[in-house]
Amino acid sequence: METFFQQMINGLSLGSIYALIALGYTMVYGIIKLINFAHGDIYMVGAFIGYTMIHSFGMGFFPALLTAMALSALLGVLIERIAYKPLRHATRIAVLITAIGVSYLLQNGMLYFYGAEVRSFPQVVDNTLFEVAGLQVSRIQLLIFATALVLMVLLQFIVQKTKMGKAMRAVSTDSSAAQLMGINVDNVISFTFFLGSALAGAAGVLVGLYYNTIDPMMGVAPGLKAFVAAVLGGIGFIPGAVLGGFTIGIVETLVSAYGNSMIRDAVVYGILILILIIRPAGILGKHVKEKV
Amino acid sequence: MKLINKTTIGWLVVAIAGFLLLQLAVTTGIISAYYEITLVTILINIILAVGLNLIIGFSGQFSLGHAGFMAIGAYTAGIITKYFPTYTGLFLGILAGVILTSIVALIVGIPTLRLKGDYLAIATLGVAEIIRIVIVNMQSVTNGAAGLSGIPYLSKWPLIYVFTVLTILLVANYTQSSPGRATIAIREDEIAAESMGVNTTKYKTIAFILGAATAAIGGALHASYFSVIRPGDFTFNKSVDVLIIVVFGGIGSITGSVVAAILLGFLNVFLQPFGALRMIIYALALIGIMIFKPSGLLGNKEFTVSGLLRLFNRKSAQGEG
Repeated sequence: METFFQQMINGLSLGSIYALIALGYTMVYGIIKLINFAHGDIYMVGAFIGYTMIHSFGMGFFPALLTAMALSALLGVLIERIAYKPLRHATRIAVLITAIGVSYLLQNGMLYFYGAEVRSFPQVVDNTLFEVAGLQVSRIQLLIFATALVLMVLLQFIVQKTKMGKAMRAVSTDSSAAQLMGINVDNVISFTFFLGSALAGAAGVLVGLYYNTIDPMMGVAPGLKAFVAAVLGGIGFIPGAVLGGFTIGIVETLVSAYGNSMIRDAVVYGILILILIIRPAGILGKHVKEKV
Repeated sequence: MKLINKTTIGWLVVAIAGFLLLQLAVTTGIISAYYEITLVTILINIILAVGLNLIIGFSGQFSLGHAGFMAIGAYTAGIITKYFPTYTGLFLGILAGVILTSIVALIVGIPTLRLKGDYLAIATLGVAEIIRIVIVNMQSVTNGAAGLSGIPYLSKWPLIYVFTVLTILLVANYTQSSPGRATIAIREDEIAAESMGVNTTKYKTIAFILGAATAAIGGALHASYFSVIRPGDFTFNKSVDVLIIVVFGGIGSITGSVVAAILLGFLNVFLQPFGALRMIIYALALIGIMIFKPSGLLGNKEFTVSGLLRLFNRKSAQGEG
C-alpha cells in the first residue's frame, strides 16, 4: 500500500507536466480544430531555453522558467503567424501536414544547433527529500506540482475572467459569429498559441529539472501522450486536459511500478484507441451530432 | 473489353522499357553498387507511397501508421527467410506478411475508420507505436530493440522492380474499378456517398487493408535487401517520410507518388553531405508545399498510356488535316 501511495505521488508530478502540455493542445484544438503536432517540440525548445539560461547565463530557477515561458510563447505565435495562418481556409489535413512539417523543423533545427547528444540539465534546485507519513516527496516534485497548479489557476482566471478569455471562448464556440461581433479572430488565435506555448515551455523546464536530461527528440513521446491526455479528458475542454493529464501520468507510473515499464507507452496508446472508439468526445466532452 | 489492346500493350512497353533502361544503366556502371541502394530505396518508397496514397488520396482517410504495417511485413519476411533462405521462403514470407498485416489492418480499421480526419490520424499513429512496442518486447522472436540481422540477401533490384510494377498495377486498377469509384466517392463527400447507397465503412476498410498490404510488401523487400532491420527503422518518422512523398507528388495521384519518390531519392543523394541540414530542408519544403501549392507536383493528374495515345492521334490527325 505504501508503494501505491508513493507511486501516486510520482504519478501526480508526472501528470502535472502532461497536464501543462495537454492544455496547449486542447486550447488550440478548441479554437482552430488543429492537432498542433509541433506542440511537443515547443515543450522541447522550452527545455533548451531553460537549459541555456541556467547554463550559459547563470540564471536561477524562476528567472529561467519565466524566460523560457516568454520565448516559447513568442515561438508559438511566430509559428502560428507564418505556418498556420495562411492555411486558415485550407483543408484540415493540409494544416495537419504543415504542423508535422513544423515539428520536423523544430526537431532537426535543434539537432543541427545543439547536436543529438543528451545533455544534463543543471540542478539549480537542491533536491532534498521530505518524509511525510513514510512517503518520500522531493523538493522538485513539490515545485513541479506547485508551479503547475499556479499556472493552471492563472490560465483558468485568464479564460474565465478577462476580456481576452471571453473572446477566446466566443471564437471557440463559433468563430464567424465572433467575428461579426467585432472580435479580431486572428489576434485571439495568436493569443491562444501564446498561452499554450508558454505553458509548454514551463513544462519543458520542469521536466528538465525532474529528469535531469534533455535532448532534441525529447518532445515526441510526451507530446503524443499529452495529446492522448487531452483526448481522454475531452479535447477542447480546459478542465478535461488537466484531468486527462493527471490520469495519464498516474496510469503510466502505476504500469511501470506494477507491470512492465517497456509496455508503459503501449498502454497509453491503447487507452487512446479505446477512448476514441468508445467515447470520442472524452470523459468531460459533450457529444456533438453530425450536421449535413 | 479485350485484355490485349493498345492500352495494356502500351503499359507493358513502358514497364519493360523502364526495366531495360535500368538494366542498361547497371551493366554499364552508370548505377554503381552505391547508387543501387538509392535505386532500391526509391523503388521501395514508390511501393510505400503508392499504398499510402490509396488510403489518403483515394479514400480520403488520413493514416499515420504506415511504418507499423511496414514493420509487420519486414519482420514476418525476415523471420521466415531466416529459416527458409530460398526464393520460395521469400515469397512465403511476403505472403505471410501481407496476410498478417491485412488481418491487423482489418482489426484496427473496422473500429477506427469510423473516426474522422485527424482523430483517425492519431489512432493509426497509436496503432503503429503499439506494433513497434510489441516488436521490441517479443525478445525471443524478434530479438527486441537490437533488431534482426543476418536476413538472407534474397531480393535483388529486378525482383523489387517487378513488385513495384505489380503494386502500381494493383492500386491503379483498383482505383479504376467499381469499388475504387465508390472509394473516390467517399473521399469527395462521405455523407453524399452514403446516401447514394455506398457502404462507406466497407470501402474505407478495403482501401485501408490494401494500403497496409502494400506497406507489408515494401517492408518485406526492405528486410531482404538490407538484411538488417531494427524497430527503430519503423518509427513515426518513417511514416512521415512516406507521407512527404505522397504530399509532394500530389495527394490522389499515383503518377505523382512515383515522380516524387524518384525526385526525393535523387535529392537525398545530393543532400547527403549536409547531414542534419537535409532534414531541415525537407521540413521547410513540406511547409512550403502546403502553403504555396497544397495540391503537390501533379495535383490529382495521372500519366496514362491511353492519354498519350490520344495525344498522338490528335497530333497525327492534325498533320493529315
